[in-house]
Amino acid sequence: MTDTTVKITNSAMRGRMLREFWFYFSQNRGAVAGLVVFLLLVLTAIFASVLAPHDPTQQYRDALLLPPIWDENGRAGFILGTDAVGRDMLSRLIYGAQYSLFIGIVVVAIALTGGIIIGLVAGFFGGWVDTVIMRVMDVVLAFPSLLLALVLVAILGPGLTNAMIAIAIVYQPHFARLTRAAVMSEKAREYVTAAKVAGASNLRLMFKTILPNCLAPLIVQATLSFSSAVLDSAALGFLGMGAQPPASEWGTMLAEAREFILRAWWVVTFPGLAILISVLAINLMGDGLRDALDPKLKRS
Amino acid sequence: MSLFSTRFLAASAFALMAAAPLHAKTFVYCSEGSPEGFDPAPYTSGTTFDASGHAVYNRLVQFKPGTTEIEPALAESWEVSEDGLTYTFHLRKGVKFHSNDKFTPSRDFNADDVIFTFNRQANADDPWHQYIAGITYEYYSSMEMDKLIKSIEKVDDNTVKFTLNQPEAPFLANVAMPFVSIVSKEYADALDAAGTKEDLNNAPIGTGPFKFVAYQKDAVIRYQKNADYWGEAPKIDDLIFAITPDASVRLQKLKAGECHLMPYPSPADIADIRNDPNLKLDEQAGLNVGYLAYNTTVAPFDKPEVRKALNMAIDKKAIVDAVYQGDAEIAKNPIPPTMWSYSNAIEDDKYDPEAAKKMLEDAGVSGLTMEVWAMPVQRPYMPNARRTAELIQNDMSKVGVNVEIVSYEWGEYLKKSMEAGRKGAVILGWTGDNGDPDNFLTVLLSCAAATEGGANRAFWCNKEFSDLLAKAKSSSDHDERVKLYEEAQVIFKKEAPWATLAHSTQYVPMAKNVTGFVQSPLGDYTFETVDLAE
Amino acid sequence: MLRFILSKLLYLIPTMLGITLVAFGFIRLLPGDPVLLMAGERGVSPERYAQISAQLGYDQPMWQQYFTYLGNLLQGDLGNSIVTKKPVLAEFLSLFPATVELALVAIVIATLIGVPVGVIAAIKRGSWFDQISMTGALVGFSMPIFWWGLLLIIFFSGVLQWTPVSGRISLMYFFPSVTGFMLIDSLISGQEGAFASAVSHLILPSIVLATIPLAVIARQTRSAMLEVMGEDYVRTAKAKGLPMRRVIGVHALRNAMIPVITTIGLQIGVLMAGAILTETIFSWPGIGKWMIDSISRRDYPVVQSGLLLIAGIVMVVNLIVDLTYGLINPRIRHK
Repeated sequence: MTDTTVKITNSAMRGRMLREFWFYFSQNRGAVAGLVVFLLLVLTAIFASVLAPHDPTQQYRDALLLPPIWDENGRAGFILGTDAVGRDMLSRLIYGAQYSLFIGIVVVAIALTGGIIIGLVAGFFGGWVDTVIMRVMDVVLAFPSLLLALVLVAILGPGLTNAMIAIAIVYQPHFARLTRAAVMSEKAREYVTAAKVAGASNLRLMFKTILPNCLAPLIVQATLSFSSAVLDSAALGFLGMGAQPPASEWGTMLAEAREFILRAWWVVTFPGLAILISVLAINLMGDGLRDALDPKLKRS
Repeated sequence: MSLFSTRFLAASAFALMAAAPLHAKTFVYCSEGSPEGFDPAPYTSGTTFDASGHAVYNRLVQFKPGTTEIEPALAESWEVSEDGLTYTFHLRKGVKFHSNDKFTPSRDFNADDVIFTFNRQANADDPWHQYIAGITYEYYSSMEMDKLIKSIEKVDDNTVKFTLNQPEAPFLANVAMPFVSIVSKEYADALDAAGTKEDLNNAPIGTGPFKFVAYQKDAVIRYQKNADYWGEAPKIDDLIFAITPDASVRLQKLKAGECHLMPYPSPADIADIRNDPNLKLDEQAGLNVGYLAYNTTVAPFDKPEVRKALNMAIDKKAIVDAVYQGDAEIAKNPIPPTMWSYSNAIEDDKYDPEAAKKMLEDAGVSGLTMEVWAMPVQRPYMPNARRTAELIQNDMSKVGVNVEIVSYEWGEYLKKSMEAGRKGAVILGWTGDNGDPDNFLTVLLSCAAATEGGANRAFWCNKEFSDLLAKAKSSSDHDERVKLYEEAQVIFKKEAPWATLAHSTQYVPMAKNVTGFVQSPLGDYTFETVDLAE
Repeated sequence: MLRFILSKLLYLIPTMLGITLVAFGFIRLLPGDPVLLMAGERGVSPERYAQISAQLGYDQPMWQQYFTYLGNLLQGDLGNSIVTKKPVLAEFLSLFPATVELALVAIVIATLIGVPVGVIAAIKRGSWFDQISMTGALVGFSMPIFWWGLLLIIFFSGVLQWTPVSGRISLMYFFPSVTGFMLIDSLISGQEGAFASAVSHLILPSIVLATIPLAVIARQTRSAMLEVMGEDYVRTAKAKGLPMRRVIGVHALRNAMIPVITTIGLQIGVLMAGAILTETIFSWPGIGKWMIDSISRRDYPVVQSGLLLIAGIVMVVNLIVDLTYGLINPRIRHK
């Protein structure tokens, strides 16, 4: 009986919160632009096979290193030119969107889940559990993230999956720290004490009572990590430790293109531009999210 | 302490340079990497040999510039006994070692230096064998000098006699290699007395064309001309190695006039270099081979006709174009065309997918799936193994063979590719150490090399072939050796343990005003003959 | 205050110990093998392999190797590189000044531009300057710096030929290394044009390395200023009719700088990561490139001790930031 009323109130609340959220979000023009670009990226990734004019791994042996179509040496059919083994740049860039989004999602998912669990445990139990966990997080954070990711990838072996795992491990302490801090401050609140008195189990307390109340900073951190993950995985690819050729991951494409820096500017320029645009779009969105979710969080 | 000493060295070197005439000719070489050290014996990389062995030191004999022929160096002449077991070297007189601020030689080069050079590598009890903790003499043991040399005797101050355990034709070529560069015994004694033994590796003293001045890690090495050089003195006054690992950066520096000569241009830039009016390009077929080695012990690759068919399915021309950017020669033999005894009579397998498909069918092979291993690193003989593998994958699909490309970390790759029963074919290659065909064929294809620790990655053991090699190795009759190696190449082609892919061209881009640079077929970079035109 | 510092230092010890364990453990997990890499295409016989491994101490049990390592560390011995056979510490020290010089110049550029931009953007909130500079900051923050470096090389070194391509100073100049910092050494040397040459070599890499910190600092300064300017005492000061410059200079800026300084300090870790990419692109002879090379060569002692040194430095810098924060913000100290 009481249950139903609560549910109605909840959904009404949720609707209002969403509307309020969208109101603030849409105030920020940059954020909306970011969202549009991001949605376009998602669509590109989903419909890559429809959009791409060529197979991204198909080698046209008679069309090595062709410049873009507006150059006098360009050839119709290869809008952004071809790479060293005659693959269509545009098609590779389009398929590259799949990699970047996939990397972002997987990294954030792993880091978020891991971080939340670790942070909840540390914050909720406190004492020596907290000390040990946080000291381990300190150790991870003491290494520059890219260096640590590099060593981890070297251990796991170069490749896309391992690069994602390495980056997720490196990002995870940020989530753990955020969660822990939020839990610590929430733990003392009345509603938690009330739930405890009512006999809620530890697990229920952690996940159902406390967690939903510290989501805002986590969401903001997640967007930030999403864009960093795209950047860092591209950096790993660039250093030869990320996705391996012939994958059309943008960083890997850049690494392959590096030897042509003087001769074929297009193989160097476009993949980097693609990385920049997608990271920028996600960051713009992140800014908007932060403003909309929690006006108090307005700092970088 | 070693920090202090390098700094001190640099300071005194500065004083030296400041005293040099104002119009000194400075030659800058954009080298591809940092030397591991300056003692040529414990290291194996060409980069280190260029910076130490070739610039600072000499050997008993040397390769005539631009060839793999042996000519006298610190040994003026030598005799080989009838049975090929003793080599007597007559040493050059009046050869001076360099001096630096802490050491001035009191005597000329003599037999003691030769014996010291070999003994410290050969003899584990020699006080200099482990003068740096953890040091090893890889080349000395991998060229099997330890098994080959029975004894070294000083006959008199200017005569040294080597006694071998078995006759070995490539011995002279071996002692022309940088790892047996002659080191001063007197300098070593002085370092020992001063308690700074590691300076043998930091501040080298040799007899070579250039004196070492200073090294700043990962950045620059400086040398000065050795005015007392026993040979023809270098024409440039100062030699600088500007360490620049990235090929495109090297080229940019060359174009900007920041250096005069560079090694290993990226194949992609060759056309651009040719078009640059301020640069010139020296090219030569490299002493190397890039290959795809089947595992000849695993079905269906144990059948020569299957291997032959697969070879015919590979479009080598396309590989040369896309991977080497056209700057390579299609390989038909396991040894490169610049090497003596290369057999031009041999006919290469023709690229013919239709015929290949039929041959596979006839051999009862259908629906074959195979691994092709792509090495993770760039080498002069194989600029991009991954790209090569992709091309092979494409070619094989046309004859109904499904290729999976695999790769491992370089160390793992080298190890796993030598594990018995390995699946798949391996892309790899070889660059010659001393220009002797034995250094290719025995190392890469003999029965002895088909075991763990060897380098026969086809695991191909053909008795007839190996016997020919053994016979050629112990013969000192050059013409006979040529014949034997030619026969061996016929067997190789018939049996096809490898798909021979390409011999890459070595390019040396340099500024227009550089004269006198002689490219070494062994890939060494030496500067005693270079000059800068006004 | 001393107790505060001591407690912070004490706090570092378990973390440091954890770092040695991680560094050591990681390295042993690395696949591949330095001995095999040295042998190359030729291969190495099993007997020879065993001999070399024993010489390097790799045949002993793991825990024993760790304690040997720890013991050596306490005596200041960080081991010898397998590739060059030289002491890791000596190699580190010979390369470290190059990285420090690059990082310092980058952070100075980032601060000198980032702070004023942030302040002005905050004061003129909503103006075109605010919008453009903040968009620029976001672009900088989103920049793949390895690509950015390549673009700058193509343009400034390739097309315009204004800046040299790589290295720290023109090879024409040769003088003893006194401090290890090329800018200072070139001045001490007194050689004409040496300093200018050092600057022209440093400019592109430091711009690339400064890009992300600059963006972060500008954004952080702006939001810190906005927050402080909204607080009561600033509004009071304004209401009292104090001149705007004084309000901002004395009250707002001083308080806004507290989080900004923390941000600047925390950029050190970012700079170390950036240095890896920047040094690779510009062939800058620093520790970032050294680490990458050593990882690919499986030079265990170098990677292990290098990780330790870098993490140690990051932690010490963070500690200094912490202490400075405590000094300028008395609330923390008294807590």
